[in-house]
Amino acid sequence: MNLTLVPILAVLVSLVAVPLILLSARKPNLREFWTIAAAVVKFGLVLTLIPTALEGESIRYVLWEIAPDLPLALNADPLGIFFAVIASGLWLLTSFYSIGYMRGHGEVKQTRYFASFAICLSSTIGVAFSANLLTFILFYEMLTIATYPLVIHSETDKAIAAGRKYLTYTLTAGLLLIAAAGITYSLAGTLTFQAGGLIPEGVMDQSTAIILFLLFLGGVGVKAGLIPIHSWLPSAMAAPTPVSALLHAVAVVKSGVFGVIRVVGFVFGPSMMMDFGLDQILIVAAGATIILASLLAFKQDNLKLRLAYSTVGHLSYIVLGAALLTPIGFTGSILHISAHATMKITLFFCAGAIAVNLHKKNISQLDGIASVMPWTMAAFTIGSLGLAGFPPVNGFVSKWYLAYGSLQGDMLIPVLVLVFSGLLNVGYFFPIIKRAYFHEGGSELDNHSEASPFMVVPLTITAVASIIFGIAPNLFLHLFDMASTAATSLF
Amino acid sequence: MIVSDLPVLIPLTFLVSALVVTLFGFWKERWGYPLAVLGTLLAVCLSLYGFFQVMDGSMMRYEVGGWAPPVGIEFVYDTLSAFIVLVINSVALIALIHSRVVGKTEFPGKRGGYYAVAMLLMFGFNGMVITGDLFNLYVFLEISSLSSYALIAIGDKKAPFAAFRYLLIGTVGGSLYLLGIGFLYVVTGTLNIIDMSAMLPQVIDNSAVIGGLILMVLGIGIKAALFPLHGWLPDSYTHASSTSSALIAPIGTKVAAYVVLRIMLYLFGDQLVDIGLPVTSIVGALAALGILYGSIMAMAQSELKKMLAYSSVSQIGYVIMGISLSNPFGFIGAVLHILNHALMKGTLFLVAGNLREREGHTNILKFDESYRKKYPWTMAAFTTAALSMVGIPPMAGFFSKWYLALGTIQNSNWLLLAVILISSLLNAVYFFRVLEKVYMRSSASESTSDTERQEVVPSMLWTTTIAAAALIIVGLFNASIVAVIQHMIPAGL
Repeated sequence: MNLTLVPILAVLVSLVAVPLILLSARKPNLREFWTIAAAVVKFGLVLTLIPTALEGESIRYVLWEIAPDLPLALNADPLGIFFAVIASGLWLLTSFYSIGYMRGHGEVKQTRYFASFAICLSSTIGVAFSANLLTFILFYEMLTIATYPLVIHSETDKAIAAGRKYLTYTLTAGLLLIAAAGITYSLAGTLTFQAGGLIPEGVMDQSTAIILFLLFLGGVGVKAGLIPIHSWLPSAMAAPTPVSALLHAVAVVKSGVFGVIRVVGFVFGPSMMMDFGLDQILIVAAGATIILASLLAFKQDNLKLRLAYSTVGHLSYIVLGAALLTPIGFTGSILHISAHATMKITLFFCAGAIAVNLHKKNISQLDGIASVMPWTMAAFTIGSLGLAGFPPVNGFVSKWYLAYGSLQGDMLIPVLVLVFSGLLNVGYFFPIIKRAYFHEGGSELDNHSEASPFMVVPLTITAVASIIFGIAPNLFLHLFDMASTAATSLF
Repeated sequence: MIVSDLPVLIPLTFLVSALVVTLFGFWKERWGYPLAVLGTLLAVCLSLYGFFQVMDGSMMRYEVGGWAPPVGIEFVYDTLSAFIVLVINSVALIALIHSRVVGKTEFPGKRGGYYAVAMLLMFGFNGMVITGDLFNLYVFLEISSLSSYALIAIGDKKAPFAAFRYLLIGTVGGSLYLLGIGFLYVVTGTLNIIDMSAMLPQVIDNSAVIGGLILMVLGIGIKAALFPLHGWLPDSYTHASSTSSALIAPIGTKVAAYVVLRIMLYLFGDQLVDIGLPVTSIVGALAALGILYGSIMAMAQSELKKMLAYSSVSQIGYVIMGISLSNPFGFIGAVLHILNHALMKGTLFLVAGNLREREGHTNILKFDESYRKKYPWTMAAFTTAALSMVGIPPMAGFFSKWYLALGTIQNSNWLLLAVILISSLLNAVYFFRVLEKVYMRSSASESTSDTERQEVVPSMLWTTTIAAAALIIVGLFNASIVAVIQHMIPAGL
C-alpha cells in the first residue's frame, strides 16, 4: 500500500471537518457526526503508519517550498507517529466525552468549540509530522491561535483574563522560537530535523550554543510547562474540562515536550548537548519543575488546578528523560508521553464528570462521592496510582525506564528526584481518594447516580488502557517498540 | 502595443484617466467611478504584462521624448519598479472598486473631481517608481503630494486641518529633497540615477555628497513617515474619507520607502560605507524606534483608524529597517513587506470603511459581539489581516518578518532582532484588544441571538475578502515571489 499521502491526509482530515462543522451549526447531531467521523478517519490513518514506524522508516512528503530552500514538508518518523497515535486516539475518546460534557453542561457556542477543537487536532498532528523547524513553527503557532477560543470559551472575566495570559505566554514563546530558528538557519543553512542533530559540529562556540539553547527552551518550554514559565497552564483551566483533558494534558502541552525532544534529539543532537553541557541546564530545569510543581499541587483545593500542577510536574518527567541523553532515558521519556496522556486524561475526564453530575469543583466537597459515582472514582484511583508510579499501571513502566536511563548515564540525582516526586504524588492524590471512599457523604448526594455514559465510557476506556499498557506496553499499538525505535535512532 | 513603450504607458494611463474623468465627471458626476476603475484596471493589466516581461531580472530603459540620458529624462523599468508598480496599482484598484458606495455617502457631489485627483495621485506614484531621474522624481513626488493633500482634505470636519498640516510638513519634505538633489547635482553634474551612481565613487569624500544624501533621506523620510518625521500621518489617515485612507495608507508611504531604497541601495550602494557617516545604522535605529513608538501609540488609541495609522508608522519602520540592514535578507524582507503591508493595511482600512458605512463610526470602545453576527465576512477579513500583522504563519506577514529577522541575524544585530520580535507582541496586544471585543464580550444592549446579518454591499464585501484571501495566498506561495525578488537584489549587496 502506498502510504505517501497518509501524513498529509491525517493532518487535513480534521481541517476539512471544520467547514462541515460550521455549516451544520443548527443541527447538533450532524455537527457532532462530523467531529466523530473526522476523529475516526484520523485515528485510522495514523494507525496505518505504525508498521512503518516499527521498521524505523519514515514517510516524507514535501508540499512546496514556502521559502527558498525551506519546504513546507511532512516527515512521519517513529517519534512523530508515536505522538500522532496518542493524540488522535485520545481525540476520538474526547469527542464522545465532549458531547456528553457540553450537552450535560448546557454550554453555549458549541459550534465554535467543536470547530476550534478540530483545528487544534490538525495542528497537533502537523506538529508531530513536521519535517523541519519552519513547518513545526507554522503548526505550533496555528495550535496557539486555535486553542485561544477554547480557553476563553465561557467568556467570563476570568476566562478572558486567562486567555490573555495564555496568548502572552505562547506568542512570546513563538517569537523566541522564530528567533532561535533564524539563528539556527544562519548557522546550519538548513532547518530539516535530523536524528542526531542538524547543526554541524564546530559552527558555534559555547556561549552561542547556550544562548541558542535557551531561546529554544523559551520557545518550546512555555507549552511544556517548565517552571517559571508554566503559569499560563493553571489559568487555562478556566476552559471546559474536555479542553483541559485533551489539550492541556495531551495535545498542547505534549506539543511542547515533543518540541523539547525535537530540539534535544533532532536540532542539537545528544553529542552536542553533552559537549556544551546543555544537558545540565535541562536536567536542573526539569528536576526543579518536578519537585516545585508537586509541592504547589498540595496547595490547590480546586480539583482541576491540582491536576494542572500535577501535569506541570509530569511534563518535566518527559523533559528530564530527554535530558539524560541515553537511549533508555529517551525511551522512558517517549513512553511517558503516552503514559501521562492516558492517565491524566482519565483524571480530567473524572473531574469533568464530577463537575457536570454533582456540580462540585473543589476537593473539599468530594466526601463520599465514590458511593454514587463508583466507575468514575475507580478510574480516578487507577489514574492516580499510575501517576504515583505504582505497577501495574503504565506510569510505572515509563518511570522505570526513566530511572534506568539515568543510571545508564551514571546519574543518581534524577533517580532521587523521581522517587521523591512519586511520594509527593501519593501525597496529593491520596487525600482525594480517601475523601471519596471513606468520608461520609452529605445529603445532597441523594438522588444522584453515575454520570452520563458519554462521559463514563471514555473515562473507563482510558483507565483500562492505562492498565493494559502497564501490563503489556506492546499490545495493539506497539507503543513500546515505537518508543525504543525512535530513541535508538538518535544514537 | 509596443512592449518597449510600457514604462511610459503605465503612468500615462493614469494621466489620461485623470483627464477623461475630469471631462466626463463634471458633465455627469456618477461617471467618475466607472471611468476611474476602468483606467486603473487598464493600468493593472499593463503592469501585470510588464511585470512578466522583466521578472527575470532584465530591465527596460525608455528615453522620454527621444532625448538620450543623461541630458534627457529616462524611465527605468526593472524588476523592482515593475513589482512595486504592480503592487500599488492592484491595491489601488481594490480600494477604488470598494469606493462605490462610500463615494455616494462621504463626498456626494464631488465624485467627479475626487476620482480625477485620485488618478493624478496614482500618476504621481507610478511616475516616482518608474522614473530614473532624480529631479523628475521630485516632480512626480509633488504631483502625488498635492493630490494626496486634496484627497485627505475630503473627509470629516477635522480633515482639512489635518490635510493643511500635512501640506506644511510635506512641502518642507519636498524642499529638503530638492535641496539634496541640488547638492548632488553640483558635485556630479548629472541627475540620472544610473549615471550618478557611476560617478559617486570618485566624489564620495566630498562633504556636499554627504549633505545631499542626508537632505534627501530626511525629505523622503517625511513622506515615508519615518520616525520622528511621522507627525502628519496619524491625523491625516484618521480624518480622511474611508476611500482616501484605503487608497493612500497602503501605498503612499511605501512609495516613499521605495525611493529611500533606490537612494540608499542603488544610487549609493556600497558607497554608503565609505561616506564617513554611519548612515545605515542611524536610519536603522530610527526605524527601530519608529517600530516601537508606532506600536505603543497604536495600543493607546480608541479610534480604529488612528490605531491603524500608528500601526503604519510602525510597519514602515520594518521596510526602512530592512533597507538599512544592507544585506540580501534585509532587502528581500523590505520588498516583501512592501507587498505584505500594502495588502494588510489595505484590508484593514477597507474593513474600517465597511464599519463606517454601516455603523457610522469606528470607535473600538463601542465595538461589541453583535459585529460578529452582523458582519461575519468583514470581521473574518479583519481577523486574517490582524493575524498577519502579528506574524502568525502561514499568513503573509510572518514571512517578511522572517526575512527581516534573518537579515538582522546575518548582521549580528541582536538589538534590531529583539525589536522585530517585541513589536510582533505589541501588534498582538492591540489587535487582540479589538478581536476580543468583537468575538468575546457579550453585547451590552440586547441579546445578539436575534441580530440579523447586515453585511455590506457586494462591491465592498468582495474587495475586502479578496484582499484578505490574498494575504493567505501570498503567505503560502511567498517562495515564488521571493524568487523574483532575488532578481532585484542590487549587485554588490
